[in-house]
Amino acid sequence: MKHTISVLVENKFGVLSRVSGLFSGRGFNIESLSVGETIDPAVSLMTIITTGDDRIVEQITKQLNKLIDIIKVVDFMEIDHVERELVLIKVSPRKSDKAEFLKIAEIFRGRIIDSGTQTFTVEITGDEKKIAAFIEIIKPYGIKEFVRTGKVAIAREGLKKK
Amino acid sequence: MKINGSKILIECLKKEGIKHIYGYPGGVVLNIFDHLYDEKGMELILTRHEQAAVHAADGYARASGKVGVAIVTSGPGATNTVTGIATAYMDSIPLVVFSGQVPTMLIGNDAFQEADIVGITRPCTKHNYLVKDVKDLAQTVREAFHIASTGRPGPVLIDLPKDVTTGMADFVWPKQVNIRSYNPTYHGNKWMIKQSIQMISKAKKPVIMAGGGVILSGAAKELKELAEKAKIPVTMTMMGLGGFPGTHKLSMGMLGMHGTYYANKAVQDSDLIIGIGVRFDDRVTGRTESFAPDAKVIHIDIDPTSIRKNVEVDLPVVGDVRNVLKDLLSEMKKHKEQWGAVRSSWLKQIDKWKKERPLEYRFDKKIIKPEFVVEKIYEVTKGNAIICTEVGQNQMWAAQYYHYDKPRTWLSSGGLGTMGYGFPAAIGAQMACPDETVFDIAGDGSIQMNIQELATAVINKLPVKIAILNNRFLGMVRQWQELFFNERYSHTGLDVTPDFVKLAEAYGAVGLRAATPDEVVPVLKESLKVKDKPVMMDFVVDWKSKVYPMVPAGAAIDEMIFDEEKKTPKRKLKAVK
Repeated sequence: MKHTISVLVENKFGVLSRVSGLFSGRGFNIESLSVGETIDPAVSLMTIITTGDDRIVEQITKQLNKLIDIIKVVDFMEIDHVERELVLIKVSPRKSDKAEFLKIAEIFRGRIIDSGTQTFTVEITGDEKKIAAFIEIIKPYGIKEFVRTGKVAIAREGLKKK
Repeated sequence: MKINGSKILIECLKKEGIKHIYGYPGGVVLNIFDHLYDEKGMELILTRHEQAAVHAADGYARASGKVGVAIVTSGPGATNTVTGIATAYMDSIPLVVFSGQVPTMLIGNDAFQEADIVGITRPCTKHNYLVKDVKDLAQTVREAFHIASTGRPGPVLIDLPKDVTTGMADFVWPKQVNIRSYNPTYHGNKWMIKQSIQMISKAKKPVIMAGGGVILSGAAKELKELAEKAKIPVTMTMMGLGGFPGTHKLSMGMLGMHGTYYANKAVQDSDLIIGIGVRFDDRVTGRTESFAPDAKVIHIDIDPTSIRKNVEVDLPVVGDVRNVLKDLLSEMKKHKEQWGAVRSSWLKQIDKWKKERPLEYRFDKKIIKPEFVVEKIYEVTKGNAIICTEVGQNQMWAAQYYHYDKPRTWLSSGGLGTMGYGFPAAIGAQMACPDETVFDIAGDGSIQMNIQELATAVINKLPVKIAILNNRFLGMVRQWQELFFNERYSHTGLDVTPDFVKLAEAYGAVGLRAATPDEVVPVLKESLKVKDKPVMMDFVVDWKSKVYPMVPAGAAIDEMIFDEEKKTPKRKLKAVK
């Protein structure tokens, strides 16, 4: 089962390696990880996507909580939330396909943020499903390069338990 | 008034009440050592190896309940501490280790004697720090001692770049520590405690499994009260030895891989296991799928990650063991059950098992049996010594044939299983408890892993008794080779070992040897007369002796193998009731 875990940490050097070391040292898997400052510059937020059965994920959240520099751990599995990921994709459609490709990008609310003689770079944000669908559809147009930020997640108002 | 970092460090240690520091000097800690030179009331004990410094601090901590302190230099000094730190981490022992570091401006430059010790020790410390500014030093030391000694204790490392030890700052000792992200749970949930009482009162075949947490939280008294009131038999993990009196009627001794027949039987047959300050380690549970198949499990521990890590738990109680037991006891007063009546058939069954297969070994008139030596140590010390051990057969025999009635009298590397731990730990324990008799029960393999510490013990006039059960083998590994590898003794024979008597004498210690069973007691008694230097005793024991019972790796804990040879009559151990 895939879990999105949000980890509030002290913004100190070495914290990221404490977290990543915990995963590698205990054989847990990180599928994606994104880190950024919060409104309080002394605090950073990590969003970690990991997989495992209930017992493993319970261990992961407990072990994270045990690290001294970690302030709060939230497993979004239990919380109503929204998730987004941003992906930049460089595509080189044939001349005859360009119009069609741009149409598809528009349907997915992709933004063309760079274009040259050979390629377009599309910026697309969305949840996992949307991004997977978009990638699937544009594959035939020729993907040259592809970067993704890793998912971020935020609870919906009221922090309702599912 | 501004003072330099080294002075600040010493002021901090004074505030923490530190009297003994174990260490080894070197280039980048010269300033600290220079200031320690003048310090009255704070002693630096120079070990002969940094690993031993940390083990000695660890032994000091285990014997005294205080935080152990070590100071070493950068690079190799720091990396030599890793085994010591990992040992303390696995057994939750409070230590603060200071390592020197190259000056901040050189960090990352592959400078002389530079090692990223904060990176290296990250997975084996409870927390660690690199101090980058002398202004942060006092705060960091304060936090480190707080973290090491509270919650589930553990080692903390502070890396001190040279310029931090020479830089100037005002010494400000923080009045209190407040780490927003560190708040251990000390009190068990009230509802959970009520539920525990329900489960305990319903159980027909309960077993208490007591671990190192009982000793760390100082809950031996409460545990005894609980066991006696509710008439629940107690088994201890190796780390829990001494947490409940080994000679008590309700004690079943140690469980697990080399646990007693009756403890393992009782656990497997029980309908309720009350795990107190334990982590259900694989040496205790055997194959987890077959562990206590019919039992419900109550698990009391301060560390939530211990719960449901290895075995399923029906009722977790997160909190300090002592607090939880106190709450349990006061809750129990509200119940009017006749606990004794409910348990009588269960206790009878356990007595039957105790009689069926007591701990026993084959006595021999000509060859010294290692178990016999441990048994005699118990007799000559009247069970009042502090026993340190190395790792392997010596450790298991020391766990089985000596009976620990008081906490902090059994010092052994349980989690990491560090050979070479016992002797330096005995040095630390002897300094913490100068009036106690301290033994290191060792093997001829393990003792050679930190034998250089004889010098430390001699110069500090420490009367540590080292009892080497000398079987000319790495015995535990040899035992596995005999049982599971067709007696192919690949690299376990120690064909050349030093003459331990001469070696002891070369260091200025006393060396004694016993080669026959009737020499054992006289040698032990002789060793007890020595009060101002270490005694190394070489007991030439039967190399074929094996530790029994034994649960093979991956088996259920009631699938034990016993000593089935019928050549010589078995001798029952008197001390087990």
